[in-house]
Amino acid sequence: MEKKLVKTLREAIVLSGLRDGMSVSFHHHLRNGDFTLSAVMEEIADLGIKDLTLNASSLFDTHQSLEAHIENRVIKKINTNYMSQGLGHRISEGIMEEAVEFRTHGGRPRDISLGITPIDVAFIAAPASDAAGNCSGKYGPSACGSLGYAIPDAMYAKKVIVITDHLMPYPLTDCSIPEIYVDYVVQVPAIGDPRGIVSGTTRITRDPVGLLMAETAVEVIRHSGLLKDGFSFQTGAGGATLAAAKFLQDHMLRENIRGSFASGGITGYLVDMLESGCFEKLMDVQCFDLKAVESIRKNPAHHEISAMQYASPAAKSAVVDHLDVVLLGATEVDTDFNVNVHTDSSGRIMGGSGGHSDTAAGARLSMIIAPLFRARLPIVCDRVQCISTPGKDVDVLITQRGVAVNPKNEELILRLRDARIPVVDIHELKYMAEKLTGVPQRKQRTGRTVANVIYRDGTMIDQIKSVK
Amino acid sequence: MKYTQERFTAGTLESSDAMVTVAYCEGENRITVDSVVQEQFGEAIRKTVEEVLHEMQVKNASVTVVDRGALDCVIRARVETAVLRGREGL
Amino acid sequence: MRRSMLFLPGNTPNIIVNGEILGADSVILDLEDAVAPSEKDSARILVRNAIKMMGFGKCEVIVRINGLDSDYWQQDLNCVIPARPQIIMLPKTACAEDVRTVDRYLSVLEEKYGMEEGSVGLMPLIETAMGVENAFLIASASSRVKGIFLGGEDLTADLRCKRTREGREILYARTRLVCAARAAGVEVYDTPFTDVNDDDGLYQDAQYAKALGFTGKASISPRHVKGINEVFSPPVKDIDYAYEVMNAIREAKAMGKGAVALRGKMIDAPIVMRAQQVIEQAKALGLGREEA
Repeated sequence: MEKKLVKTLREAIVLSGLRDGMSVSFHHHLRNGDFTLSAVMEEIADLGIKDLTLNASSLFDTHQSLEAHIENRVIKKINTNYMSQGLGHRISEGIMEEAVEFRTHGGRPRDISLGITPIDVAFIAAPASDAAGNCSGKYGPSACGSLGYAIPDAMYAKKVIVITDHLMPYPLTDCSIPEIYVDYVVQVPAIGDPRGIVSGTTRITRDPVGLLMAETAVEVIRHSGLLKDGFSFQTGAGGATLAAAKFLQDHMLRENIRGSFASGGITGYLVDMLESGCFEKLMDVQCFDLKAVESIRKNPAHHEISAMQYASPAAKSAVVDHLDVVLLGATEVDTDFNVNVHTDSSGRIMGGSGGHSDTAAGARLSMIIAPLFRARLPIVCDRVQCISTPGKDVDVLITQRGVAVNPKNEELILRLRDARIPVVDIHELKYMAEKLTGVPQRKQRTGRTVANVIYRDGTMIDQIKSVK
Repeated sequence: MKYTQERFTAGTLESSDAMVTVAYCEGENRITVDSVVQEQFGEAIRKTVEEVLHEMQVKNASVTVVDRGALDCVIRARVETAVLRGREGL
Repeated sequence: MRRSMLFLPGNTPNIIVNGEILGADSVILDLEDAVAPSEKDSARILVRNAIKMMGFGKCEVIVRINGLDSDYWQQDLNCVIPARPQIIMLPKTACAEDVRTVDRYLSVLEEKYGMEEGSVGLMPLIETAMGVENAFLIASASSRVKGIFLGGEDLTADLRCKRTREGREILYARTRLVCAARAAGVEVYDTPFTDVNDDDGLYQDAQYAKALGFTGKASISPRHVKGINEVFSPPVKDIDYAYEVMNAIREAKAMGKGAVALRGKMIDAPIVMRAQQVIEQAKALGLGREEA
């Protein structure tokens, strides 16, 4: 056991045998508060190791230092599921020679488990660990709750290094990742800044347009035929989708409907729903706020799941396959219901699929909530800048001026019409928006490819071109 | 059309609004557009400003638009207001 | 039909842009209290453009101009009337002459812009003790007056009392305005409930106004619109009953009967009148039925 506990990050890296051209991985449970990725890359650069593939479940603005490591060729290639705009815009400008590979939260563990994107060394920031590497996200000053996205890395990487700032006595039994996968454990002063890891409370929107869309979304769910005992549900952490969760809770309590589970990134609102009896279980791959962290620590009905169980198409089955309804966002939706969550309307990278396409594919009813236009940009266009989630997996678009239903859902259209919900053709939504905003000019993107977008089944669904 | 040497401003930098500044400028109208939707509407905004200046028979103005995604009717209103504020005796 | 009327600050594009979808029957584009003196010019131009070029869909458009005691009201009207708002709201209306002053000026503008005379309606906002005492004269001062509107905040300042959640201090003004409006044959609208976080308070306040006879109620927050609409819509059972009454009357006429009974109760003239009103309201809200 003492052999596993090494004194410094540098020592652990050396012991792992990391060499030029290998692949390193990181999870994003510490989100924008993460210190670990930057600290590790700093040591790696200092050791003179080059041409690495960085496989990170998500990258945030706090990882801006990657730019320097890209420039001096420490990092040759990036595989990720999400990239916030700080780094995203730079990638769009073409700072990397090799194209970034975007996957989904389910596609990443799929490709790791199938050996398509093998990992040589996984660096796992752990809010709590014992000296043998039994580690957990539930305890310690940097507690983040679930460690679901790190689990496939731990299982499949050739070497696994756990980095913690809270060493607990052996054995830490309530662990996310057991010692059987862990090669080395390093203690550092801090793995992250708690203020950036989880927000104190996630608040629902006060924006009347967001509230209106949320109300409409709940009306659609009510009349979809799916809202009954055993109902399962997932929602993002965006303002309008959270408001929808709140309204849905009110409705389920009023009508005494008992759902089976809610899944995904978990917020305090879903914890409220669990505690008030709307659901039997929470299936948690990631916690978004302090209330969720506290709940996963204390409530046995709040269950941690791995990214594989969450969404991997290579798993024999996954949570997303059991979902009735998922509420999702979009930066653009086209008239074929394809959704873009990777780029802004000018084609610059500012996000990624995360679990978007996984849940859209799995859920029986996948709903997009988006305002008809943001500032002056219409949400509906002829062709999205980037297909993140294919239109075949998207059922409904909710805007403040009407609901568009994918024409393949004939029964749903009839149900909603009967309920006097304003169903309009998606072309009509586009027309309505453009009547107010004017028709936006769209540039042909002719630059070189800066990112390949890989759908959850491993096929390339789109490419993102450079933007000057 | 007479302008004083000062700058005259209308509008705000709130989302969906635009801040328009006009100043006297000899020779011909000069228009600068800085927009959050430059690629999609930069040209349209410039054309709108030209139209409003033409309608108001303004010929010697330097106009700067800092746009936060304002609709056309808002940009028109802000340009008109800034010009009226700069126009002597009006 | 105006159940809910939503105030929108006149110089705020991001709020005005979505004004029509917030569920209100009317939007009130405000050039008065919501706009600082230094921005009166930009607000009236923005409001004019928004009405003319963007529109508010099915919502009725009301513009609240500045009061006759200000230097702005004529400029406000000069600017916005060519965009053809349906109604002008005149704040601090104190007497019939105030209404007639605006009425005459509107006629001048209507002629100037080739609009039909009298096409722009007026809604006096009564928010002073003098205005309350003159309510009937104000309501009947011009055929432009479509309704009168109670402003509780300014009124309580004028009365030197405190505005409360229960609103006992404005009870007299409320009942007086309802009576004056009905006597003059116009509609009457209640003051906004100003605590935007108190949903129960809003509901009770609206119920109370409805019980006193108000046609509808204004709101300063989109959050209140739904509650107001609910309170001021005729309940389904009232609509059902109204149609039953009218059917019974028709059948009785066809059979040459004089007296009509429904569910063992005689139907007299006030019941028929009430039924007609309910059916009219229901039709205006799209809740009407095919008549048998």
